[in-house]
Amino acid sequence: MTITTNDSQVAVPSDTVTVIIDGVAVAVPKGTLVIRAAELLGIEIPRFCDHPLLDPVAACRACLIEVEGMPKPQPACAQTVSDGMVIRTQQSSEMARLAQEGVMEFLLLNHPLDCPVCDKGGECPLQNQAMSVGRPESRFTEDKRTFPKPINVSAQILLDRERCVSCARCTRFAEQIAGDPMLELLERGAQQQVGTAEDQPFDSYFSGNTIQICPVGALTSAAYRFRSRPFDLVSVPTTCEHCASGCSLRTDYRREVVTRRLAWDSPEVNEEWNCDKGRFAFVYQTEGRIEYPLIRENGELRVASWPEAIDVAARGLAEASSHAVLVGGRSTVEDAYAYARFARAALRTDDIDFRARALSDEEHAFLASLVAGSPVSVSYEKLESAPIVLLVSFEPEDESPIVFLRLRKAARAGTRVVSVGAVRSKGSEKVAAEMVWCAPGDEAAALASLPADILAALAHSGAVIMVGERAALSAGALSAVAALADRTGAALAWVPRRAGERGALDAGAIAGLLPGGRPLSDAQARAEVSELWGVDSLPHPGASGDALLARLGTVEAAVVGGVELADYPQDVRAALERVGFIVSLENHHSAVTELASVVLPVAVVTEKAGTFLDWEGRPRPFTRVLRDALTMPDAQVLGMIADAMDRPVGPSDVNVLRAELGTLGPWRGARLEAPRVPVGPRRDGLVLASWRQLLDSGVLQEGEPHLAATARPTVVMVSDATARRLGLTETATLHGPAGIVTLPVEIADVAESVVWVPMNSPGCHIYRDLGARPGDIIRVTAGGAL
Amino acid sequence: MPELPQAVRGFGVTFTTMFKKVVTEQYPEQKDKYPPKPRFHGRHQLNRWPDGLEKCVGCELCAWACPADAIYVQGADNTDSERFSPGERYGRVYQINYLRCIFCGLCIEACPTRALTMTNEFELADANRADLIYEKQDLLAPLLPGMAPPPHPMVPGTTEQDYYANKITGAVPEQFTVEKSESEGESS
Ligand code: SF4
Ligand code: SF4
Ligand code: SF4
Ligand code: SF4
Ligand code: FES
Repeated sequence: MTITTNDSQVAVPSDTVTVIIDGVAVAVPKGTLVIRAAELLGIEIPRFCDHPLLDPVAACRACLIEVEGMPKPQPACAQTVSDGMVIRTQQSSEMARLAQEGVMEFLLLNHPLDCPVCDKGGECPLQNQAMSVGRPESRFTEDKRTFPKPINVSAQILLDRERCVSCARCTRFAEQIAGDPMLELLERGAQQQVGTAEDQPFDSYFSGNTIQICPVGALTSAAYRFRSRPFDLVSVPTTCEHCASGCSLRTDYRREVVTRRLAWDSPEVNEEWNCDKGRFAFVYQTEGRIEYPLIRENGELRVASWPEAIDVAARGLAEASSHAVLVGGRSTVEDAYAYARFARAALRTDDIDFRARALSDEEHAFLASLVAGSPVSVSYEKLESAPIVLLVSFEPEDESPIVFLRLRKAARAGTRVVSVGAVRSKGSEKVAAEMVWCAPGDEAAALASLPADILAALAHSGAVIMVGERAALSAGALSAVAALADRTGAALAWVPRRAGERGALDAGAIAGLLPGGRPLSDAQARAEVSELWGVDSLPHPGASGDALLARLGTVEAAVVGGVELADYPQDVRAALERVGFIVSLENHHSAVTELASVVLPVAVVTEKAGTFLDWEGRPRPFTRVLRDALTMPDAQVLGMIADAMDRPVGPSDVNVLRAELGTLGPWRGARLEAPRVPVGPRRDGLVLASWRQLLDSGVLQEGEPHLAATARPTVVMVSDATARRLGLTETATLHGPAGIVTLPVEIADVAESVVWVPMNSPGCHIYRDLGARPGDIIRVTAGGAL
Repeated sequence: MPELPQAVRGFGVTFTTMFKKVVTEQYPEQKDKYPPKPRFHGRHQLNRWPDGLEKCVGCELCAWACPADAIYVQGADNTDSERFSPGERYGRVYQINYLRCIFCGLCIEACPTRALTMTNEFELADANRADLIYEKQDLLAPLLPGMAPPPHPMVPGTTEQDYYANKITGAVPEQFTVEKSESEGESS
C-alpha cells in the first residue's frame, strides 16, 4: 500500500510533530493518522476499513489502540497525531489488545467462516488478522445470520453478503474514487449489507477494484469466482496492453493459463487502481489463437512449418520492388522498433505507419514536432497539481481511464477541468468539467476564441492541455492546440488511446521519423541511425497516413502486424486486395489474414517481454509471464525474415533492441515544424460526434461476456432541443453513405445540432455501418421500432 | 541329548508346519473368501446424492490435500440447462493417477461434501500407464435404482441446503424427463 505522506512536509520541521508509539518516538507530519505513523515504525495495527487512498471512516473498529489521556480505545485509522501523544498498540497495551480481540470476535459472529470455499482464502485480511489478533475460540453458539448466496451487484461483480464486514471500502471507492456511487450500505445492525438500487447495477468502469480492496471474500467476479486459489497461482507484475494509461498490473496464472489480473501498486501512474477492461479482458490471449504458420496455396491458407513459411515470406518480399508496412498501435516499443528497422534496413522503404485509425498529415507534423522522442513533460503527478486542465477531443473516462481517475482526484482538490467538445458526458460531470461547446470539426475555431478567463488560467504555471487522438479528425485542431500551448505556456500532452502508439512513435514506426523522434530528412539523424543499423543508406522519406493508404493499392508487397482494418475510416481492405503479396503477423484471424499470402503467428503480451510507453512518455517495461509458451515476438519473426532475405537487420532479442534504442536516445537536434493548418470552414447541418467507449466491440475484449454486460448501452445522445426539433422520441435513425443505424435516444447535455453515437459498440460501428466519421454532416430521422 | 544334524533340524520346521492351519490365500481363485477389511483404503469413489446428482463441487481441496499430487480437478459452473450437482459448481474434470496415489486417504478427509470416499477395491494393476489415470466416469458411483442420470435439475422446490441436510430421498419423475446431453460424467 502507498503511504501518502507528503515528502515536502517532512522536510519542514515546524510542520512535524513527535509521537511515542509503543515507547518509540517518531516524528511525522502534522495531520498524519496514527495508523500511518505506526506503519513508519513497522508496527502493524489490524485494519479493515482503512485504506490509504480512501477517506477515513472508522467503520470496522479493528484498529483500536490506547491513547494516553483518553479514557476509551481510539480508532488508529481516524485519529490524527498531536505533538507528544503517547500511543500504545496491541503490542504494549492490554486495553488495546482486549479491544481488538473483542472487535474481531464481533466481526466473526456472523461471518460464515467458509474459507475453504472462499476465493479470498489464502490472501484474506480477515483470515490473517483473526489469526494474529483474534481469540482462538468463539463463544458464539447461536445460529449465524445467513443470506441467500451471491447476488449480482453487476453482471460481473457478485456479492456474498454474509461475508461482508461492512467496512465501506467498496462504497467509498465507488463514491470517492470512481465517482459511480451506485453501491451503498443498506439496512442496520446485523442486517447491514452492501447493495445497489434495483434498477441501477454497479456498472462502473472501475468496479473490479472493489473486489481487490474488499478485505474479505464478499465481492468476487463472475470471471474468477471459484477458478483457483491464491496459492495455486504464479504472479508476475506486468503492464496493461489495453490503453495508453500504462497501468501496472499483476498477472496471475495457473497451468500456463492466465486466471486473473489485478491492479498493481504504482503510485506514479495508476496508484492502486485500474479499469475493468485491463482487469478482465484477457481471454483473447488464449482463445482462437493462430497456432501454426499458414501459407496461401491455390487461394487457401494451409499450415506450414516455420522454415517454409519464413522462406515463402522472404522470397515474396525480396521479389517485390515496392513495399509498405502497417504496424498496429498495440505493439511494444521493441516490436515497433523492429518494424521500423525492418522497413528501412531490410525492405528499404520508409512507407510505414502505426496509426491504424483516423489520422491526418497535420497529426503527423504535430507528432513529429512536439511529441516524438520528447521526455515526460506532463505527468500524472503534474495533472494532480495543475490549476487547470484543458481537454481537447479527449474523453478521459472512455479513452484513458486512469487519466480520468487522476483528473477526478485533482478536481476534488480544486483543479479546474475544461473540456472542448460537443458532449458533457458522464465522465465530464464526474470531474466537474466546464464545457467549451463546439461541434466536432470546429475545435480549432473554438480554441481560437477561448474565453478570456480560461486563457488567463492557462497562463498560470502548471496549466495543462491534453489533446486526444481524435483531434486528427478535425482540421486545424492540432495546429490550434500547438499554437495555444505556445501562446499560454501551458504544458501539452497528446493522449493516444492504444497502449503502443506513443512507443511506436518514439521507435520510429512512422514515415519520416527515425527512432527517438529523429527526422529522416536530417543528415545527422540519418548518419546516426544508419551507423547503428550497419546500412549504407536509408530510404528517402516515404508516405504516411492518407498518402500511405492511397499508395497501398500500388505497392507489390506489404507487411501488416496487428492491424484491424475496421478501425480505419477508409476502405483499406479494397487497397490491400490489390497488393500482390501480404505478410501478416497476427495472433488471431482477421480481415488481414483473409488476404495474406503468409500468416505468421506471434506472441501476445503474456508471452514476451517488452515495454509500453504510456501517454506521459514514461516507459512501462514488463517481463514475460508464460515461460513455456513457444510463440515468438514480432521482432524475432521479422529478424528471421530479414535473415532469409539475406538482408540481416541485427539481433532481435528484446534486451538488444532496448539497448539499441537506449544508444540512440532522444533526438536533440532541430525538429520539424509544428503544423499550421488553418481553421476549417464552418458547416451547416447536423454534425456527428463519436468516440470509442471503454467497453465496446474491440477485438481484445472478446470472450468475456460478463464484462461486456457491464458496458454502457448503445444509444444516440442528443440535446433536448435538437431532439424536439428533429421529432426524436424513442428511437432515432442515422443515415450515412454506407447505411443506416437505428438506436434508442437518450436526451443528454449535447451541443446544439450535434448527435453522438458510440464509434464501435454492438449495433453501431460508424465507419462500417454509416460510412461516416465524427465531424461529418449526417441526416437523422425519428426511427421506427428497434 | 545328542545334537541332531543341522539338516534334519531344519526339516523339523517343515514337518511341524504340515500340521498347522494354512494361512496362504488363494488369489485370485478364492478372492471372495478373504474380503479386505471394511476400512481398507482402496480405489476412490465419487458419490452421488440420492437423486443421482453428483456430490463433488469441484473445490479441489482433495487435490490440495494430496501429498502425492495424484489428483487433478477442474471445476465448472452448473447452468440451469445443465446441472450436475446442487449449487454453483461441479467437478467437470476429475482424475486420480493411481501410479502416484499412496492410498493415504488425506483427500477423503479434505473433501467438504463427502463426495470423495474410498472403496475396498484394490485390484489396480494394468499393463500401461495411461489406463491407470482414472477419469471421472471411472470413479463415479454407479446409478442406483431411483437415481436419475445427471445433468438434471435439483428436486423441484428444494435448495442446495436441503441436499446437505439429507432431505432428498430420491429422484422425482421430472428429473428423469430432462433431455440428456452426451457429456462426460455419466456412469457407464
Ligand atoms: S463488500 Fe467488502 S469492501 Fe464492501 S463493505 Fe463489505 S467487506 Fe467492505
Ligand atoms: S486504464 Fe488502460 S492501462 Fe489501465 S487497466 Fe485500464 S485499459 Fe489497462
Ligand atoms: S489417498 Fe492420499 S495419495 Fe491417494 S489421492 Fe488421496 S491424498 Fe492422494
Ligand atoms: S471430491 Fe470433494 S474435495 Fe475433491 S473437488 Fe470434489 S468436492 Fe472438492
Ligand atoms: S481500520 Fe480503523 S476502524 Fe476500520
